[in-house]
Amino acid sequence: MSALHLLWQGAAVVVGGGILGLVYKGFDRKLAARMQSRIGPPLRQPFLDVGKLLVKESVVPKDAVGWLFRAMPFLAVVASFTVLLYLPWGPFPAILSGHGDAILVLYLLAVPALAMALGGFASGSPLATVGAQREIVMLMSYEFPLAVAVVGVVWRLATLGGGPAFSLAAIAAVPLWTQVGPLGVIGLAILAACLLIVTPAELSKIPFDIPEAETEIAGGLMVEYSGTYLALFYLADAAKTIAMAALVVTLFAPYGIAGLLGLSGAGAQAVDLAFHLVKIFAVMFTAVTTVRVAMARLKVDQVARGFWLQITAVAVAGLVLLVLDRMVMG
Amino acid sequence: MPDQVYEIPIGPIHPALKEPIRFTFKVEGERIRGVDIRPGFAHRGIEYMGMKRNLIQVLYLSERICGICSISHPITLTLAVERAAGIEVPPRAQYLRVIFAELERVHSHLLWAGVAAHELGFDTLLHLTWKVREKVLDLLEELSGNRIDYAIPIYGGVRRDITPEQVPQVEAMIRYYRGLLDELLDAFLRDPSVEARTRGVGVLAPEEADSLCAVGPTARASGLAKDVRQDRPYLVYGDLGVKAITPREWGLEPRGDVYDKAVVRLLEVGQSLDLIERCLVEMPEGEITSFPKIPALLAYLKKADGEGLGWHEAPRGEVIHYIRLEAGVEEPVVWKVKAPTYSNLMSWVPMFVDQEIADIPIIAASIDPCMCCMDRVHMVDASSEAMVQKEELLRLSRAKTERICRGGGPA
Repeated sequence: MSALHLLWQGAAVVVGGGILGLVYKGFDRKLAARMQSRIGPPLRQPFLDVGKLLVKESVVPKDAVGWLFRAMPFLAVVASFTVLLYLPWGPFPAILSGHGDAILVLYLLAVPALAMALGGFASGSPLATVGAQREIVMLMSYEFPLAVAVVGVVWRLATLGGGPAFSLAAIAAVPLWTQVGPLGVIGLAILAACLLIVTPAELSKIPFDIPEAETEIAGGLMVEYSGTYLALFYLADAAKTIAMAALVVTLFAPYGIAGLLGLSGAGAQAVDLAFHLVKIFAVMFTAVTTVRVAMARLKVDQVARGFWLQITAVAVAGLVLLVLDRMVMG
Repeated sequence: MPDQVYEIPIGPIHPALKEPIRFTFKVEGERIRGVDIRPGFAHRGIEYMGMKRNLIQVLYLSERICGICSISHPITLTLAVERAAGIEVPPRAQYLRVIFAELERVHSHLLWAGVAAHELGFDTLLHLTWKVREKVLDLLEELSGNRIDYAIPIYGGVRRDITPEQVPQVEAMIRYYRGLLDELLDAFLRDPSVEARTRGVGVLAPEEADSLCAVGPTARASGLAKDVRQDRPYLVYGDLGVKAITPREWGLEPRGDVYDKAVVRLLEVGQSLDLIERCLVEMPEGEITSFPKIPALLAYLKKADGEGLGWHEAPRGEVIHYIRLEAGVEEPVVWKVKAPTYSNLMSWVPMFVDQEIADIPIIAASIDPCMCCMDRVHMVDASSEAMVQKEELLRLSRAKTERICRGGGPA
């Protein structure tokens, strides 16, 4: 594959992912509003928001560590959009397939959260500092169950000889569900559930919007950000939403429907890509939109305890089931 | 860094606060170690304004002390003035006042429930409660012409009757809320995430509630069966036999936390519906005011001489108005308002201690504070953070009283 070709594809994924992220944000807001019997904003509202933020003044507080404060939004955007390059898009393999694996994706997903926390600490506001502390605690809480779920799935796949270990392309090519025994199916289902619970935490959405908690700390680590910098964090969040949902889809439901419809060629690719986007939307709707309208915000100690004890225990149980399945099935 | 205590300012303007007040929290990590409360930002000198106006104008002013308690203050003021001037209130008017007071309680408690849900980050519940709150506001608009500021009580009675055509609408509203109440109780009191955020949070022990003179739902949630309608009945509340609602009515031993405060307020919505229904049945026919003509009322009040105290159980607790009238003077010589939030202010201190930063909004909201009702003084000398002690305040207020007695205005 030529470098130019790679560049062109990468640009397409980044721009497409950004637009898609904003469109999904629009759907998320509209659907949440309907569930709360509100009218809600128009679907293009996220685009209007970003557009308006970009022309607004970007204030850097006097007490802030200027360079760190300015650099963090860029780091968040770059990291979250890079994840998109490592994820397969339905029938299309990942742009950077072969240059990194599931472990890299896990690390990249943690970078925007770290960037936000650093930006919060750098903004010199007590509210942002509290938010940043909370973000770090959150990060430490959900990373372990997230890693267990992802590593469990890719490890089991590697044992089946489905290609290089921890490669996401291999996972997308060989859906696991049909290749493991009954124990493995239960284990996979448990890991899928854990990942769905981690998703809103990873994205800082209610009940896990603790670092921003509008009514408590007035936006927390975002409180001092404005203008372009806030727009960048907003875009990073949009891209991360897509990336997280796409990761769930790639790991647990990498199926296409073109075969069922009897299509082939470009038509099949188009249908499968559309189906992939629908699946991403379904994951976001289940794990983010419905959860955030159905719950109150939790406290950071409740979340930390829940993730470290209950969720981790459940995720490890799922992993153990997969190991047992490997011993039984060989 | 466990010994690092730093200060977090909340307010005067903050998303957690619906009205201006300033908290300064001493925080260790996420734990609150102490709190300093500074009120006074919504002080408008309403009592002083009242002492420059005739009593009818004062009535309108009292309605504008607070938008949510816009029936509680006029009812209390009219009770005080009627005692001072010896005015009888026809029975029908007493029933009508009770109906409006209870309608206000319904909408105020629903408003609180929505605010509380929002403080917890549960916006769906906020939108649900505020949507159903529209029904009682619509009814109040139908009965009085306004969603708030109803201009119903007047010295000697009320200004509007509930016509026979309007009675079915009131009954329809009661049915509407009876049907919804179980759903609301379910959404608030049986939701695991709400329970996780409110159980054991902002606890006010009964002894503390008692010694800090907490009033209203704040005191009742701690298990004190304290309700002005029950303890010192006025209007027709004695005949209606109101009983103070504590969490025991919901089958729970009171713990005095935020959850219990929600229990009390939501159950009181049901209690108010019962009271309105009984009033509609028992309300006798007859006059609605003993002074149909305002000029006659004003002339009578100008001759009145004496002092009176009015009390009422507002949605937030006991509200008291004191008034002193002098013959030949149109204006009240003294008008003093004690709002429920003033009594509940100090109960914040034990409620906040050892809680988390995340609990600040819901604990602040749990006493249903109303700053514009409460604020009576504001220190404008901002050059120093000096505190005015009791002795100094006493000296200042005595000097002011002397000035007033000599005929000068309170400077």
